[in-house]
Amino acid sequence: MAEIENNAAAAPAAKPAKKTSLGATALRQVVTDVYAAAWEAKKRGEPVGWSSSKFPCEIAETLGLAVVYPENQAAGIAAQHDGERMCQAAEEMGFDADICGYARISLAYAAGVETTNESRRMPQPDFVLCCNNICNCMTKWYENIARMHNIPLIMIDVPYNNSVEVDDTYVAYIRGQFDDAIKQLEEISGRKFDEKKFEQVCANANRTAKAWLKVCDFLQYKPSPMSGFDLFNHMADVVTARGKVAAAEAFELLAKELEENVKSGESTLPFPEKYRIMFEGIPCWPELKALFKPLKANGLNVTAVVYAPAFGFVYNNMDEMMRAYCKAPNSVCIEQGVDWREGICRDNKVDGVLVHYNRSCKPWSGYMAEMQRRFTNDLGIPCAGFDGDQADPRNFNEAQYETRVQGLVEAMEARKAAKEEGKA
Amino acid sequence: MKDIYTLGIDVGSTASKCVMLKNGTEIVAKSLIGVGAGTSGPQRAIDEVLAAAGKTKEEMDYILATGYGRNSLLEIADKQMSELSCHARGAYFLFPEVHTVIDIGGQDVKVLHIDQGMMTNFQMNDKCAAGTGRFLDVMARVLEVKVSDLAELGAKSTKEVGISSTCTVFAESEVISQLAMATDKCDIINGIHRSVASRVVGLARRVGVQDQVVMTGGVAQNTGIVHALEEELGHTVHTSPLTQYNGALGAALFGWEKCSREQ
Repeated sequence: MAEIENNAAAAPAAKPAKKTSLGATALRQVVTDVYAAAWEAKKRGEPVGWSSSKFPCEIAETLGLAVVYPENQAAGIAAQHDGERMCQAAEEMGFDADICGYARISLAYAAGVETTNESRRMPQPDFVLCCNNICNCMTKWYENIARMHNIPLIMIDVPYNNSVEVDDTYVAYIRGQFDDAIKQLEEISGRKFDEKKFEQVCANANRTAKAWLKVCDFLQYKPSPMSGFDLFNHMADVVTARGKVAAAEAFELLAKELEENVKSGESTLPFPEKYRIMFEGIPCWPELKALFKPLKANGLNVTAVVYAPAFGFVYNNMDEMMRAYCKAPNSVCIEQGVDWREGICRDNKVDGVLVHYNRSCKPWSGYMAEMQRRFTNDLGIPCAGFDGDQADPRNFNEAQYETRVQGLVEAMEARKAAKEEGKA
Repeated sequence: MKDIYTLGIDVGSTASKCVMLKNGTEIVAKSLIGVGAGTSGPQRAIDEVLAAAGKTKEEMDYILATGYGRNSLLEIADKQMSELSCHARGAYFLFPEVHTVIDIGGQDVKVLHIDQGMMTNFQMNDKCAAGTGRFLDVMARVLEVKVSDLAELGAKSTKEVGISSTCTVFAESEVISQLAMATDKCDIINGIHRSVASRVVGLARRVGVQDQVVMTGGVAQNTGIVHALEEELGHTVHTSPLTQYNGALGAALFGWEKCSREQ
C-alpha cells in the first residue's frame, strides 16, 4: 500500500474513477443472491427465516437455512421511496408513528402489504431470529411478526454494556442462548449442526469482517480513493452475507480496486475532496439525493462512519465471538461509543462531524448530544446536527438540513482560516 | 483610498432586512420589510436601503445574502452564507466579548458558541415551531393582542401560569383553556415567555453557555422573553437596538472582509 498522506494541507482533486467497479457489482450480486436463495428455499418447501442484522449468522449459515434481513429490506424500500406508504400502512394497523421506521415498514410487509421495490420483496417468514444487540425496539418488532405468523421466535438477549470490557457473566449468558438457538434451529431445519461446517462459516465471517475493515481503512487516505457514502451501500453485504465466502471475495475485490485507485489517484467520489467529515448515524434513505446535494456542492467527503468498527468484528474462539456480538452501536456504553468514533475521526482525518438525529432510532440519537460535546472538546472540530429519519421522509426537511450543512462548512472554513493565521 | 460599500441582505421566513456598511465600520442605511422569503419583501428591502443611502446596486462592492431565503437571491448577491455565521459575525461586531449568541427567528432558534469571533459550535431547534417567533405569533393571535405588546402585558403578571414548551399546537390549546377559565391574559403571556425560555435554554445548555450572552433576532425586542431567559440561564442577556438587523449586519461584514482580502 502507498503511504497514507498525513499532511493536513488542501488535498489535490482526485480524478473520478470512471470504470464500473467490479467489486461494487459483485457486492450487489451477493445481496441479490441472498434474496433469490430465500425464494428458492421457499419454493422447495424449506423454512425461511427473518433475522435481525446482528443475530449470530453463523448458526443458520451452518445449518444451510435461508435467511433474509428486514433491516436491509426496509432500507431498500425506503431508498426506493416506498417507505412512507409502508409506514402509514403500519400506522393504520395501530403501530405508533414514533416507533422505528424500519420496524413499521417490516411490520406492514409481514402483514401482507406488498412493496413496489421488487428487488426487496422476500418470502414471508417461517421463523424469526432476534438479537437485541442492535436495538431494543427489535424485541417487540419480532415478537409481533412471530405472533402475526404464529411462528417460532428465537431470541438472543444481549444485555447493555455499562463498561468497555464485556463481563464474563455476559459471555456465559449469551453462550447459553447461542447453544439453545442451535438446538431450536436444528429442529426447524431438520438437520444436525455440523461443527466442521461451523468452523468454515466462522472463517468466512472473519474473512468478510477483515475485508470490510480493509475497505473502510481506505478512507484514511487523503484524498480518499472512495466516497464514504459508498460504505452505506456496502453495509448490505455485511448485514446479509457476513458468513458467505462470496461476500468476503467481493470485499477483497473492492479492496484491490481501491488500492489501484490510490496508485492512480482516482476516486469514486464524483467531486474534489475539500473537507472530510464523519457522518454519524444511519442515512435518511428516502432522501439520499437531498442528503448528498450540499455535501457535493461544498466538497465534503464522508470519510468516517461508525459502521466500520461496529460491524467489522473479528474473533478467534467462541468466547471472543460472544464478546463480539455484545458490541453494536446501541449496546455499548458511551465511553466505548466515543472511543470508536474519535478513533476513526483521528485515523481518517476528519474536519467536522455531521450528526443525524434520527427520529427512528431513539437510543442512538439520545446519546448524541453528549457525544457531540465530547467530539468538540476532544477533537476540537465543529459538529452540526440535523433532524431526519432513516426511513420515514416526513421527518426530514431539506432546507433545514442545507442550512446546518452550510453552517458546518462555514465553521470548518473559519477554523481552517484561523489555523492558517496561527490563531487556533 | 476609495470607500468600500457592502450590502448584507437577510431574507428570513417572516421579514427581510438589509444593512449597508461603509468600510466595514459605519452603518450607512438599513431597511426592514415585514415579509420574508418567497414574497416581494427582499426586493423592497433592497430598494428601500439603496434609496435611503442614495446609492445604486452597481455601487455596492459586495452583496452577501443570508437567511432562509438566501438562495432566492442568486442573481443579486455575490455570495450566500448561512444565517448561523452571519449572526455570529454581527453579534461579535456589536459585542466583542460575546461567547454565546441566542437567536430566535420566525421559524428557527439557534444557539451559537463563539470564540474570538469564530463560530465554533452551534445548535438549532428540531423540526418544531415551539420556542420560535412563530410560536409567539400564534399565541398573540389567540390572545387577541399585538406581538409588540406582549412584553408590556407580560410584565404586569402577578400569578404563575404554566404553559407547555413541547408543542405549539398543545400550547395553543392550553392558552385557550386558560382563557376559558378567565385567567388573566398578563399571567398567560408571562407563562408563554417562560415556555419559550425553557425551550431555548435546553438548546443553549447543549452548546454550553458562556458569558457574554447576546440575544439577536426580532424576538430579542420582547423584554419579557429576555428576562425569562436571564432567569432560566442565570446569565445576563445582552441585546442591541440593532437586534433585528444582526444577520444582515453580519452579512455586510463578511462582504467587507471579502473585499478587503481581495484588495
